[in-house]
Amino acid sequence: METVDINVNMGPQHPSTHGVFRMVLTIDGERVMDVEPHIGYMHRGAEKLSEEMDYRQAIGYQDRTDYLAQFMNEQAYCMAVEKLLDIEVPERAEYIRVILCELNRIASHFMFLGAFGIDLGHFGTSFTYGFREREHIQDIFEEVTGERLMYSYFRPGGLVWDVPDNFVQRVRDVLPKSRQGLQDLDMLLTGNEIVSVRSRGVGVMSAEDAVSWGLSGPLLRAAGVEWDLRRDKPYSIYDRFQYDIPVGTHGDVYDRYLVRVEEVRQSIRIVEQALDQLPDGPIMPEKMPRKLRGPEAEIYSAVEGARGEYGIYLVSKGGDKPYRLKMRSPSFCNLSALRDMTIGNYVADAVAILGSIDIVLGCVDR
Amino acid sequence: MMLALTYDVGNIWLDSLLGLLAIIVLMTVGALALIWLERKVSARIQMRLGPMRVGPYGLLQTLADAVKLVGKEDMRPRSADRWVFELAPFVVFVPAFVAFVAIPFTRDWAVAFLDLGLFFIVAVTGLSFVGFLMAGWASDNKYALLGGLRAAAQLISYEIPMVLSLIAVTMIVGSLNLSDIVIYQGRVPLFVWQPLAFFIFIVAALAELERQPFDIPTAESEVVGGPFIEYSGIRWSIFYLASYTNLIVYSLLGALVFLGGWDWPLGREAGLWLQVLLTFGKTMFLILLFMWVRFAMPRLRIDQLMSYCWKVLIPLAFLQIFLNGLVLVYGWPDFTLLLTSGAGLLLAGYIVDRTVRADPRTLRMVPANPGAAEPAAADSAGS
Repeated sequence: METVDINVNMGPQHPSTHGVFRMVLTIDGERVMDVEPHIGYMHRGAEKLSEEMDYRQAIGYQDRTDYLAQFMNEQAYCMAVEKLLDIEVPERAEYIRVILCELNRIASHFMFLGAFGIDLGHFGTSFTYGFREREHIQDIFEEVTGERLMYSYFRPGGLVWDVPDNFVQRVRDVLPKSRQGLQDLDMLLTGNEIVSVRSRGVGVMSAEDAVSWGLSGPLLRAAGVEWDLRRDKPYSIYDRFQYDIPVGTHGDVYDRYLVRVEEVRQSIRIVEQALDQLPDGPIMPEKMPRKLRGPEAEIYSAVEGARGEYGIYLVSKGGDKPYRLKMRSPSFCNLSALRDMTIGNYVADAVAILGSIDIVLGCVDR
Repeated sequence: MMLALTYDVGNIWLDSLLGLLAIIVLMTVGALALIWLERKVSARIQMRLGPMRVGPYGLLQTLADAVKLVGKEDMRPRSADRWVFELAPFVVFVPAFVAFVAIPFTRDWAVAFLDLGLFFIVAVTGLSFVGFLMAGWASDNKYALLGGLRAAAQLISYEIPMVLSLIAVTMIVGSLNLSDIVIYQGRVPLFVWQPLAFFIFIVAALAELERQPFDIPTAESEVVGGPFIEYSGIRWSIFYLASYTNLIVYSLLGALVFLGGWDWPLGREAGLWLQVLLTFGKTMFLILLFMWVRFAMPRLRIDQLMSYCWKVLIPLAFLQIFLNGLVLVYGWPDFTLLLTSGAGLLLAGYIVDRTVRADPRTLRMVPANPGAAEPAAADSAGS
């Protein structure tokens, strides 16, 4: 019998595309024959806008790229400017940055765990559990920065202001809750037979393919590559903490899920160590120029964001603005492998695979 | 006392009219209450409060929603197949309600005591997939089409194990009359004699009701509501009402056929209200079970769903029938039913376990900065 493949337009308004993302699926029955991702619905020209801002003003655009892991983006940007201007960041500021970044990673991964459950068909149960834990951490961020989403808290040289007095205690109170919440989600999802049959062996990506696609973060580690910028290109003060890098063995959706669960545990570990070592002192260098003027230079600085390598490539031709600012966003690079992973799977798998990439559209489109 | 009214009048036309009216009023109210209950149950499972604003504990929330839905514009896509599109909700809705005609609620409360009651219910509820297919096809929407085809495949497949499990029961009772089936369970309910059939019935009912883990036709994260995607206002609420009415139908059926209905454990001499309470309680037990499963489970994939039906449930259902046949032909005592069926249930559990159970996967942990000093506090916290 002659059959015709149909095109299904998934997105830009669709509950499981995690934002304004559009996939044109060519399906034969329930099987996906081809995927054509369309991006750009959320393009704001953040890179170009940053060229018109001086170095401090552009921090706000960093928050708006990956809006679930804002501190890491600010960190990457501030590190680039600091490298350009040769600024030394005070100890205390570095520690607070690490604490906030790792808390941000925890919050972001909780968001993933909740949304992943929904992608697999949970009727919101995992989502509310994930969101409860994210909310605890969000409260801390709100107390520290005064904002819930767009923090703009890091500055080239340090931080905009010091953390509140009860910060250490607040974080210490939240960490056991996060650990407990992770255990709850773990019991709900990890051992569940349906999660297991839905995600094992789905969307497999070999280590070679992952490297050649330029994947990074949990996807790369799930594929079996030991690569974590915190260890392999040490920045900030990450060389002072002990933690493990979880590496997957199969490279499928289930491994990506497990890697993220484990990363939450390791981040909690890092935060605990950082809290113990948190020194007193200034949060900005003594002498900061009022106007930041850089020399002619090309700088690349990258951090291990919640989704992978978030890099800032900064070209300066002198003056108080960057000549060119390129953001290497992990979501965009990871998303490029979607087609390879999805073809030949079922429609339901396409949703699970997209969920396992954990894209943030603000980061994809910039 | 509304149902008792239905045979007191004497005029056959008036009787049936009153009976149908009673069913429609009762079941609509029941479905509205269930929608509220489901929202409350889901809220409890998800650490929320659920509806709290409209009325005490949000009791009037579904009423408010119903008013809102009735007031909404009844939209139809321009390219939709008009008559099929507009009739589809009723094709889903009518079977769900007609099934109630044959369901006895107590010893003498029913609209009609049919000798072929079970057969009637199975036959009528099996029709609803036509409505899903109609809705999916007529909406002229690819999600709806995908959902409609999924619904057709799923409902037809799961009809088979459900019917087979009910056949196993009727073999033992020797009657398709629901009253006879309940009365047979005066001492021991049938889920004791037929645990395997009960298990198959529950799973098949979950699939027929399109609830997690079998909500594949309406999968929110894949086909965004499936066949209902283009419906709005009153037509959409009719689909919704039908799904909750079906929930009551299958739960009642399970309560009557397997849990002993109004008879067990109080016996048929129990008062009318005790009988109502028993039926109601057993039905609520099954409803809450279905709701609990819904909010605790993710969704299966369509191929896994089909292979589970055709490779596990249907062979096991035939096995149950075969075992019952052996017991009946050789006239073995009743407890052999429990033994054989229980062994079948264990076999089912073993097969399912072997199919889905995979070794717990461990990740390779690569320590970073092994030289860095880790303070004791982090260790004691058990990281």
